[in-house]
Amino acid sequence: MASRQFATFEVADQLFGVEVDTVQEVLSYNEYTPVPLAPPAVGGLFNLRGQVIAAVDLRVQLGLARQALKGPVMNVILRGDGEPVSLLVDRIGEVVDLDDDTFEPPPDTLSGPTRELVVGTFKLDGRLMLALDANQAVDTYRATT
Amino acid sequence: MEDLGEIVGEFLMESHENLDQIDRDLVDLEQEPNSRDLISRIFRAIHTIKGTSGFLAFSRLETLAHAGESLLSRLRDGVQPVTPDTITTLLATIDGVRSLLAAIEQTGTEGDVDVDSIISSVHAQMQVEAAPAAEPAAAEPAGPADTEAPVPLAEAARSAPEPVEGQRKPLGQMLVEAGAAQPADVGSALQQQLEGDERKLGTILLEEGKAHPAAVNEALQQQQAPKRSVADQAIRVDVDLLDNLMNMVGELVLARNQLVRGVMETGDSGLVRSAQRLGMITSELQEGIMKTRMQPIEHIWSKLPRVIRDLSTSLGKQVQLVMQGKETELDRSLLEAVKDPLTHLVRNAVDHGIEDPDTRTASGKSPEGTLTLRAYHEGGHVAVEVADDGAGLNVERIAGKAVENGIIRAEQIAGMDRRDIMALVFQPGFSTATKVTNVSGRGVGMDVVKTNIERIGGTVSVDSTLGEGTVWRLTIPLTLAIIQALTVDCGDQRYVVPQVAVLELVFIDGQSTKIEYASGAPVYRLRGKLLPLVRLDRALGLEVGADQGVYIMVLQADGRRFGLVVDRVLNTEEVVVKALNSRFKDIGLYAGATILGDGKVGLILDVSSLARRSHLTADTERESHTGTSRASTGAGTGERLLVTAVGDRRVAIPLDTVTRLEEFPRDRIEHAGSREVVQYRGQILPLLRLSHLLGAYREEPEGDTVSVVVYSEGGRSVALVVDRIVDIAENSAIARRDAEEDGLVGTAVIQQRVTELLDVRRAILAADPNFYRDAETELLVEA
Repeated sequence: MASRQFATFEVADQLFGVEVDTVQEVLSYNEYTPVPLAPPAVGGLFNLRGQVIAAVDLRVQLGLARQALKGPVMNVILRGDGEPVSLLVDRIGEVVDLDDDTFEPPPDTLSGPTRELVVGTFKLDGRLMLALDANQAVDTYRATT
Repeated sequence: MEDLGEIVGEFLMESHENLDQIDRDLVDLEQEPNSRDLISRIFRAIHTIKGTSGFLAFSRLETLAHAGESLLSRLRDGVQPVTPDTITTLLATIDGVRSLLAAIEQTGTEGDVDVDSIISSVHAQMQVEAAPAAEPAAAEPAGPADTEAPVPLAEAARSAPEPVEGQRKPLGQMLVEAGAAQPADVGSALQQQLEGDERKLGTILLEEGKAHPAAVNEALQQQQAPKRSVADQAIRVDVDLLDNLMNMVGELVLARNQLVRGVMETGDSGLVRSAQRLGMITSELQEGIMKTRMQPIEHIWSKLPRVIRDLSTSLGKQVQLVMQGKETELDRSLLEAVKDPLTHLVRNAVDHGIEDPDTRTASGKSPEGTLTLRAYHEGGHVAVEVADDGAGLNVERIAGKAVENGIIRAEQIAGMDRRDIMALVFQPGFSTATKVTNVSGRGVGMDVVKTNIERIGGTVSVDSTLGEGTVWRLTIPLTLAIIQALTVDCGDQRYVVPQVAVLELVFIDGQSTKIEYASGAPVYRLRGKLLPLVRLDRALGLEVGADQGVYIMVLQADGRRFGLVVDRVLNTEEVVVKALNSRFKDIGLYAGATILGDGKVGLILDVSSLARRSHLTADTERESHTGTSRASTGAGTGERLLVTAVGDRRVAIPLDTVTRLEEFPRDRIEHAGSREVVQYRGQILPLLRLSHLLGAYREEPEGDTVSVVVYSEGGRSVALVVDRIVDIAENSAIARRDAEEDGLVGTAVIQQRVTELLDVRRAILAADPNFYRDAETELLVEA
């Protein structure tokens, strides 16, 4: 039985996951530099060991209000295409091993901005995890209105 | 096999470098055909390639290199002279070697590169010259199959000069040769050593006062130097490794900053000293790593003389190349990215810019055109200019062509200024070349240049004067470099401004220094001249702050000067410029990011793009650069004019006589006797309609407000009513005529329109006959 590993995290009480090999690291950071005039989904920039990383506010990507960047916020840093990008999330979950037979395409009733980011649904014990398309999730030029 | 692969790789890299040097040397050789140094150098380089290719069993490469070498040996021995034809043949040989190397690089074999025809043309060269000497052996025809070299390999190998390297000369000999010691003294010192004196030769000479300490020192150093052979002085380092080191040094700097802060708090003087020492070492390390990635732009320029020579020869043009600022350094990766666009611009300049000698002579220019490459630092960028003194861009033709190609609509042209039209050449599918050459004119190129430069965060612009020349200008960011920068506060954030762009700082207290508004546009009177201002908070779309207690940074970029209004100026800092993710490129306001002293990310402002936001027309306050490249943009008098519309006429008012621009509701105009007045800041402000003064009577324009230009002096003000404020422009003083009309001092062509220059004094007196009275009586008293 083929299985895949997902790193999970929560945004607005919904469990999301990205394939574990797209994740570089997970860390909490509390000082973000806002970028005026940048797309709204850009939460800010921060310094990851000397490297300037753009943090994408997953809430905005999901069509929700911006994350208030006061105090520490969890970052899921994705390897990205050439340079790392971070996703701002509420809480970090576990890394889970999921069998392919727990996978289903996104439900037809799922619509709105979330639909475009989600590649499928995994049925976990007692809750659902939405698997994110990592590239879509960090694309800040996606129309989010 | 693995080992061999590495050897081949090294051979390729080394050979490419050698070939570039040969190219340059050959072009130089054409200029000074008798330079034996050059010939020997070229000979040695080719000989090295031949030797290694033989060793690696690349037989065709070896044969080709050998043919070139044979021709060179004849030049070196003076058997035949250096002619442009021989140079061309040799360059073709080098190109052949290049294609073979390229094939080897790609496929590992020599492929099917055609070397025979090159070899036969090399042989033909040798025979052309040999024929008059009536040498029967050389007269036999050289077919493509004839790869037999006229000079046996062994002989050529023997004639190669032996490099003399790494030989240590005895100190005594060096001192004698340098004239720093007498042979007899050295001899006696040597004798003493033989007799058991254990001191060194230099010491003996010094202690006996037979030689000068400085001379001995110098000789010793010279003696040390050659111990490292050329090969040991430089090693090849993977750029990725340097990137890694760079990042780690960046982290080290941050760790250091935090450590230093912590140590300062403890107040332990021993620790503080160590921390300071650590700080210094870190800075030096950082600088060192930085330097390893920087290369002078000469690196990519060096290929251009060859390009220009080949092209100008094939087009029958004469082009002289001038290079300025070739030591300007750029990050390696950028240098690589700039290479092709630059080459294209140079080819384009030779092909389309510089005219052929007859045309040039006919238009009174020297038959030889000049192409100037110039590089310099400006505003945190490196500017690279390609300037020619050729025909220049024909604005009308560009506009016409752009309409024809459907890039713009004909009616759009009227609203575009010269530079906007010239910028159309960067549009895809644009070409004005009437005939398509194999060099350029196919409508591909300029747009590619633009795309490539923009990809690395740079900009391209063009300026040209018809008949005088064209300047293409690339502005390239320093993605990876340390720059001196000023940190400023705006809102609750900190930003970074490259210090090179900063001319001065002015504190605005709202009393003695204040921000004024010209028709809503903020300006500051800097030593009597109006400086256009850009509010950083407004430019960034933030909440706009107060006009008091702020700072104006007087900045200069793209030849424009403007003031940037910020809340606070903190300090200067050396910052490491980091490229910003491409997702922020479109904003255009940021040149990059950096890590500030407190570990936070700071955005580096792009001064040029802020300058463009100051809404100045491109020609305004353009500082004219000295030098050949400046396609003289009508060297202005520097006088800046406010251009207004009065009826269908354009009237210009010197900007430094203007206090402010206002709009008044029409219903606020009242009458005092025969005069129109408005109440303004507790004063009665007399109005003068310029249309009345200048006799341009016409229907009143629609609208509820009137635009006025307020002029104040010594507590008195008058307002000149105009129909519309058009622009601020520089008086170019071309085609200027003295006035025949009352109220005007003359007529000039400004922005390609005839514009009347207002006699301000006359206009003011018409509005308020008593305006100058006080001032004049004072003058009389003084007199």
